[in-house]
Amino acid sequence: MSDLIRLSAADTAAAIARGEASAVEVAQAHLDRISAVDGQVRAFLHVDAEGAIAAAQAVDARRAAGETLLPLAGVPLAMKDVVVTEGLPTTAGSKILEGWRPPYDATITRRIKDAGIVILGKTNMDEFAMGSSTENSAYHPTHNPWDLTRIPGGSSGGSSAAVAAYEAPLSIGTDTGGSIRQPAAVTGIVGHKPTYGAVSRYGLIAFSSSLDQAGPFGRTVLDAALLHEVIAGHDRCDSTSLDLPVAPVVAAAREGATGDLRGVRIGVVRELGGEGYQAGVLQSFAAALDTLRGLGAEIVEVSCPHFEYALAAYYLIAPSECSSNLARFDSVRYGLRVGDDGANSLEDVMSLTREAGFGPEVKRRIIIGTYALSSGYYDAYYGQAQKVRTLIARDFAAAFEQADVLVSPTSPFVAFGIGERVDDPMAMYINDLCTLPASLAGTPAISVPCGLSEGLPVGLQIMAPTLADERCYRVGAAFESAVAPVLASIPELTR
Amino acid sequence: MTLTYDDVLARYEPVFGLETHVELGTVSKMFCGCSTEFGAEPNTHTCPVCLGLPGALPVVNETAIESTIKIGLALNCSIAAWSRFARKNYFYPDMPKNYQISQYDEPLCSEGYVDVEVEGTTYRVGIERVHMEEDTGKNTHVGTSGRIHGAEYSLVDFNRAGIPLIEIVTKPVPGAGRLAPEVAKAYVTLLRDLLRTLGVSDVRMEQGSLRCDVNTSLNLPGAEWGTRTETKNVNSLRSVERAVRTEIVRQAELLDQGQRIIQETRHFSETTGDTRPGRSKEEATDYRYFPEPDLVPVAPDAAWIETLRANLPELPAARRARMRDVLGVSADDMQAMTNAGVVDLVGATVEAGAPVAEARNWWMGYLAQKANEREVDAADLGVTPAQVARLVALVADGSLSVTLARQAVDGVLETGADVDAVVAERGLKVVSDTGALETAADEAIAANPDIAEKVRGGKLPAVGALVGAVMKATRGQADAAAVRAILLERLGVTE
Repeated sequence: MSDLIRLSAADTAAAIARGEASAVEVAQAHLDRISAVDGQVRAFLHVDAEGAIAAAQAVDARRAAGETLLPLAGVPLAMKDVVVTEGLPTTAGSKILEGWRPPYDATITRRIKDAGIVILGKTNMDEFAMGSSTENSAYHPTHNPWDLTRIPGGSSGGSSAAVAAYEAPLSIGTDTGGSIRQPAAVTGIVGHKPTYGAVSRYGLIAFSSSLDQAGPFGRTVLDAALLHEVIAGHDRCDSTSLDLPVAPVVAAAREGATGDLRGVRIGVVRELGGEGYQAGVLQSFAAALDTLRGLGAEIVEVSCPHFEYALAAYYLIAPSECSSNLARFDSVRYGLRVGDDGANSLEDVMSLTREAGFGPEVKRRIIIGTYALSSGYYDAYYGQAQKVRTLIARDFAAAFEQADVLVSPTSPFVAFGIGERVDDPMAMYINDLCTLPASLAGTPAISVPCGLSEGLPVGLQIMAPTLADERCYRVGAAFESAVAPVLASIPELTR
Repeated sequence: MTLTYDDVLARYEPVFGLETHVELGTVSKMFCGCSTEFGAEPNTHTCPVCLGLPGALPVVNETAIESTIKIGLALNCSIAAWSRFARKNYFYPDMPKNYQISQYDEPLCSEGYVDVEVEGTTYRVGIERVHMEEDTGKNTHVGTSGRIHGAEYSLVDFNRAGIPLIEIVTKPVPGAGRLAPEVAKAYVTLLRDLLRTLGVSDVRMEQGSLRCDVNTSLNLPGAEWGTRTETKNVNSLRSVERAVRTEIVRQAELLDQGQRIIQETRHFSETTGDTRPGRSKEEATDYRYFPEPDLVPVAPDAAWIETLRANLPELPAARRARMRDVLGVSADDMQAMTNAGVVDLVGATVEAGAPVAEARNWWMGYLAQKANEREVDAADLGVTPAQVARLVALVADGSLSVTLARQAVDGVLETGADVDAVVAERGLKVVSDTGALETAADEAIAANPDIAEKVRGGKLPAVGALVGAVMKATRGQADAAAVRAILLERLGVTE
């Protein structure tokens, strides 16, 4: 195996900038790795070898011309298939978009390309980002590189598996209720959900508009921070994008790496732990608190009494918004069309297409959301759930009076077996218990590896106040500097 | 049994209300940068946003907000300090997203009124709300029926999708009695003038840029209001009046037979003036309105609103009152000039020195005819009030006949030159040289011996042909009455 694939994104960029490796060599090494292991991992839905080599050649040409390269120039990246990429298939993991090649780039796609980052391909995901295991992909499941019989988390499971399996040093995920943080946790990598509005949603195929947020995956906190600064920033094409300076997350990651957390107050959320959490997860979490204390942080307990309503509120808001967002998939303008035989009416063709094109979880949520928004139920469901969001945001505000950041396990469980929970939606939904509050409040949160339980990675979630993403990175990097790298113990994948 | 309108109004009282959709005259669409120009090749004014492509997001057109506020102010509405867009969900192939971005319970403008005058009486029309939304695309159903049911195939043009629409909803208007149709028409006429005055829409009804839905109900005097029907597809001023009248008579016939009125949508036929049933409200769609999560609330600054209020142009009602004083014409005359869109032109012509009657005759006569031929508004014809005043002066002092003055107008329209230049260049002047006229008369008589004989034989009207010949010979520069007198004298005929 080429050493090039083992480098961090920061080191890869430095090697290219110094001429120790060409961007083409780096891209080819990753394409070779994908060829070698993706038959087992199945992280990718589409690999764009030609485009990747061309992008890498452009970086090499710029270097040859004497240009100063941008911080991540030449570094390969795997893109979640929910992000629109011009000319490259984009399916959101659904059959209803099979074969669709978008005529435009998402804002983050454009920013990634402009940064000289090399897009290797599009990664697998739960259909329309609905799920916590990537088993809801309409194409195939993705396998956790730690144990191929287990799930890589979801919905961004292709992106997390690709980074954990050294198929790419960086990837993009999207997080609606935990879809970056939980996959990062169960694959032993770093994943950050930025403050809502910090990263443009233009070109993200919408699941739940008021919750969706794209963010970075990396094997180190610094790598995630470097990618965060590429994709974040105001975008006039997204009205909900914040017109504010980008949080200084790279500087925070570098500061954190010094391992000094003196004066930092860390709040442990009483409601995110205890019953229902695997013992190994709780042990790793307790050990993480000791580590943080050892770095000089003050550990306090905080209470967020409304977090217990997060799951119920989330499973009204997200389905409600998705029932509307997914209405556009009607066979008229793009994507799948079923039953257009001249005999069926337009309405029939729309119904047949949606019947054939959407998977069971997507249908379940469309039906729940349609019901929740219907006349006479709106106030009791969607309206009430929005009030819960306000209460959760107030819980956060109160907790951040007592602490600079809040911590919890990222997920109550380590990676479970493929097929183990598919028949029980509730068992699947509680994967998101710890990640939902930050999603509903729009606050930033990161997951960093914090040890192993039964040989499988456990994640530590670090939550910060709105717009204070840098705190996640600072505390995350400090913690990372104090513990043995979890990925060092990932089993070697063989052909 | 066919009731006459007067029969009905002797026994029933009508109540009407109007929902008017107006396309704003913004350069770009409501939520994207595409052009709003009418008549382009199908689907050329489209982009990912107005095609509803996956991932695309709307951004509000600020000019549309400004226009809406101006309309609200002109209609004496209160302007909301905080207003939101909402999604109206329903499936239809001309709707790219299968939801329309509209406003629901938080419109930008509400609680206003406007006064209209019919036959000397002023009626106050209450305004319930003014809100913003986006237009849909346009379907063309190919096949014998011309409707979606039974069409061979259907074509969709999304050029119109996303064009900013304003919906202006009146409160129910009772108390207009037999004049209800006229009051309805007068309201829409006033609205049209007001929108043009504000410069927010050019209101080309023939292009569908103003469309009305008319609600009508009947009740017995002193009784509660009856069940209303909603007549859609009412797209001209004349049709507004006809639709109210038709529906009043239709409902009265049913009530007379002891039947109840069904609350339903009816479609108006421009060709027959009839209404026919559409879908009934009982099976109406549940639109599942919810706040549009892709847009931030519209919160217009109070100072901005006051600036807009201070800069409103003189509104039609005030201008009409002022012009009526200036012109001293009857209400009917004023109405006729208003309908022809020439009040300001007549006023300016009078200010430039022409008598009112002459100014009115020019703008309502020859110039209106020219504008009609050229399919432009009189104001855009290319003849200024000052030029018309000059023509009137030249006719008054005998330099030009009316015929010559019309030729001068033609010259102005053809060359863009001023009146005096056209008159000089074309040698337009009344020939008052009797000798020249006598010579021309003799030539005409000699050239048309048959006609001359008829005249001599007592068929006086035949002299017209000879007058025409002389006028032609003198290029219209003679006074026709003088020519006639000379001809008769030389033919030895007395009247």
